[in-house]
Amino acid sequence: MVIQTPNGFNLDDSGQRIVVDPVTRIEGHMRCEVNVDDEGYIRNAVSTGTMWRGLEVILKGRDPRDAWAFTERICGVCTGTHALTSVRAVEDALGIEIPDNANSIRNIMQLNLEIHDHVVHFYHLHALDWVNPVNALRADPKATSELQQAVSPSHPLSSPGYFRDVQNRLKQFVESGQLGLFKNGYWDNPAYLLPPEADLMATTHYLEALDLQKEIVKVHTIFGGKNPHPNWLVGGVPCPINVHSTGAVGAINMERLNMVSSIIEKCDEFNRNVYLPDVIAIGGFYKNWLYGGGLSSQACLAYGDIPEHPNDFSPEQLHLPRGAIINGDLSTVHDVDVRDPEQVQEFVDHSWYEYDEAGKGLHPWDGDTSPKFELGPNFKGTKTNIKQLDEAGKYSWIKAPRWRGNAMEVGPLARYVVGYAKGHEEITDQVNGLLRKMDLPVEALFSTLGRTAARAMESEYCGRLQRYFFDKLVTNIKNGDESTANVAKWDPSTWPKEAKGVGMTEAPRGALGHWVRIKEGRIENYQCVVPTTWNGSPRDSKGNIGAFEASLMNTKMERPEEPVEILRTLHSFDPCLACSTHVMSPDGDELTTVKVR
Amino acid sequence: MSNIETFYDVMRAQGITRRSFMKYCALTASALGLGPAFVPKIANAMETKPRTPVIWVHGLECTCCSESFIRSAHPLAKDVVLSMISLDYDDTLMAAAGHAAEAAMMDTIERYKGNYILAVEGNPPLNEDGMFCISGGKPFVEKLKMAAKDAKAIISWGACASYGCVQAAKPNPTQATPVHKVITDKPIIKVPGCPPIAEVMTGVITYMLTFDRLPELDRQGRPAMFYGQRIHDKCYRRPHFDAGQFVEEWDDEGARKGYCLYKMGCKGPTTYNACSTVRWNEGVSFPIQSGHGCIGCSEDGFWDQGTFYDRVTDLTQFGVEKNADEIGLAAAGVVGAGVAAHAAITALKAAQNKAQRNTTKTSEDA
Repeated sequence: MVIQTPNGFNLDDSGQRIVVDPVTRIEGHMRCEVNVDDEGYIRNAVSTGTMWRGLEVILKGRDPRDAWAFTERICGVCTGTHALTSVRAVEDALGIEIPDNANSIRNIMQLNLEIHDHVVHFYHLHALDWVNPVNALRADPKATSELQQAVSPSHPLSSPGYFRDVQNRLKQFVESGQLGLFKNGYWDNPAYLLPPEADLMATTHYLEALDLQKEIVKVHTIFGGKNPHPNWLVGGVPCPINVHSTGAVGAINMERLNMVSSIIEKCDEFNRNVYLPDVIAIGGFYKNWLYGGGLSSQACLAYGDIPEHPNDFSPEQLHLPRGAIINGDLSTVHDVDVRDPEQVQEFVDHSWYEYDEAGKGLHPWDGDTSPKFELGPNFKGTKTNIKQLDEAGKYSWIKAPRWRGNAMEVGPLARYVVGYAKGHEEITDQVNGLLRKMDLPVEALFSTLGRTAARAMESEYCGRLQRYFFDKLVTNIKNGDESTANVAKWDPSTWPKEAKGVGMTEAPRGALGHWVRIKEGRIENYQCVVPTTWNGSPRDSKGNIGAFEASLMNTKMERPEEPVEILRTLHSFDPCLACSTHVMSPDGDELTTVKVR
Repeated sequence: MSNIETFYDVMRAQGITRRSFMKYCALTASALGLGPAFVPKIANAMETKPRTPVIWVHGLECTCCSESFIRSAHPLAKDVVLSMISLDYDDTLMAAAGHAAEAAMMDTIERYKGNYILAVEGNPPLNEDGMFCISGGKPFVEKLKMAAKDAKAIISWGACASYGCVQAAKPNPTQATPVHKVITDKPIIKVPGCPPIAEVMTGVITYMLTFDRLPELDRQGRPAMFYGQRIHDKCYRRPHFDAGQFVEEWDDEGARKGYCLYKMGCKGPTTYNACSTVRWNEGVSFPIQSGHGCIGCSEDGFWDQGTFYDRVTDLTQFGVEKNADEIGLAAAGVVGAGVAAHAAITALKAAQNKAQRNTTKTSEDA
């Protein structure tokens, strides 16, 4: 049966049904089903969030100053970004203004996370969709060295001996017969296009990136005490500054600032010498594989982030752009107001929840999420052994958020499309430069590869911003301002009886919002709408498909029984399922409990 | 099995000399808090043993444990994964997906019956027939039980697997349940924390590989070597506590001088972990050093002990020489015999919280 969706896709579920469960190399749990026609093209796509934790009900009745710690545990990969969104929401509700230094430190931490997350995503979650480590065994180390020096002349780790050592280690690993993480990979699938030398170079960088990522996060450790899950504070940041006086061992002092500065330099070097050149080099071999655009050419959403000044979230003051593009019209960038009940709404017609009124969308401040696990009439299997889902019914733990009724893509590519459309100077320069270097037209941006490239460009841009805010912090300290927290409204007795607020960030995976209602010093209602809820959303009441599903449509699979192309495109979004599926009824009805065993 | 690559083989193949290898073993020994007598033992283990298969499954969680694990500096995560263990299944990092991934797990279970380690990150929800966490179309709890059946031992990574963590905080809508309440017939090592410290995670694994036995566990099932003492006992700000020098509000003079965070709600006095000694991210810092109190993330039920900013009150001063079990026993004596040590500690804390709620916020009883 062929159905045309309102957002322009022809869904045909007549072909062979392929099930991928679990989808691996993501955060959390996810399932994907597709229908493939006789020629191997995907003609129908169904994406399912397969976990649910209920954090919002757990937050009810808690101290709003604690909410950052709870919401931070929504995700340990984008660690800190939920915490930042949470403290912003509470500060917005209570009218708390943070000091300039706190804004700089928060920005540095958020930018640091973007870089860390993008690097780990590309090398450890995504690379194996493009790179074949087994094929790397056939590489000539000398030719690999020449390739390395050609793509990145400034990278010091480039000698033939270096690549030979890595290759030998890899060889021993493979020959041991214990393939570990590479076990049962799709290593003879023709979807892998790299020559052995590029495979060896990229596999080597997989290991280099693994070593580097633990350095990047030390910025969080300095300001937040640990990573994953650094500490945050409503009203500012918990780390005091003391650069001049005695007793400053625990404070941000000169030694700490120097460490931050040296890490910022390491990030920049890696982005410049390894990450971006790798994406360009690998992308060069795949530039005829431009599947996966999905919604990116028609509907993109960004809330914007990285405010120049504390407490000012107006769009012109944000370094990462805000805006919405709909109907494929890049000439108009709409402003986004997350307080407007007509703009952001969530639907649950195909999600395992129910509303009082079917087909209705609810704004997060009035959100309702009563779980209802119910499989569509045509599903195959049993309740606890699902063979095939029925997408005509409910089929995911993810809700369907919409912006003015539109399914939207969020994330690095959406930010870059919005930035490009707005004429954001740095973004436009980067995009034009990359396209020129790769000899590709601007349309190439709307693809799986474009999504992966946008993330790499953003990592580089965030590196520059990280330096900018570090310098800003030092200048401010030099000018005599060492303040890091505003405690005027720390005590709940200073708060209004009732308040509501919203916090926004651009998480590594896209637009993130927390909506909070506070009553008599306690959380009355808390709702999060997160990036993977947007991207991984199921169909809505009108039948619009979400970004994951749209991006898989019409992709050619080399071998339908091996999901290399599905993984490649899904991974290009960097799915985070623990984020997307944490929601729970604001009424907080406790579900029936089950005795253990 | 002569073609099995040992850690020593790998190091030699990389051009590392015997001398450097022995130095590495000495560093590992000191990282584990062991004397020089253990160096030859470690070397011998590294020279002769094949890589132990590990199956790493994920339930309801946030992946912070995996993220922490890859932060390990000594040993490096890449060396653990390439040369010490064989990570045959880990849905967060493995190349294969779907059927191919499940087949990889089944193969290891069959081939290494009774000889693989099961690492669990997250926990199974039991409500909705387990379908709040689905893997391969089935409830995660089934996968957990299947993988546990033939495991040699189970490591419960982090607060989720050990105690339930945030999704099990009241009212625990999914009935998220710690591993030891679902699997009761296997040795389980709890490595709590949200997340645990990276080098504690790799330290526990290398200890098991090196000495071919489980670490000594306390009554709660935690490795005594890392969880035997309170953060407060080894905190570098302890002298300020003893001297009565406290941070009174955020960013005040005391904060800038690094005074004790007790009055800001620091849970160091009731939290058993290695943060103040091993510290975080290659020893760069730990929460207290960076100005925020400990939130007690390695303790059972830490989400439900009141706000993170209320101070721990009426705390009986235990000596630093006491470990978690002894304190637990003392507390058990107070609340009644036969109560498991930690249940007692939890009860003690609950009582403290109750007392705390009755204490006015301004009281200066520290």
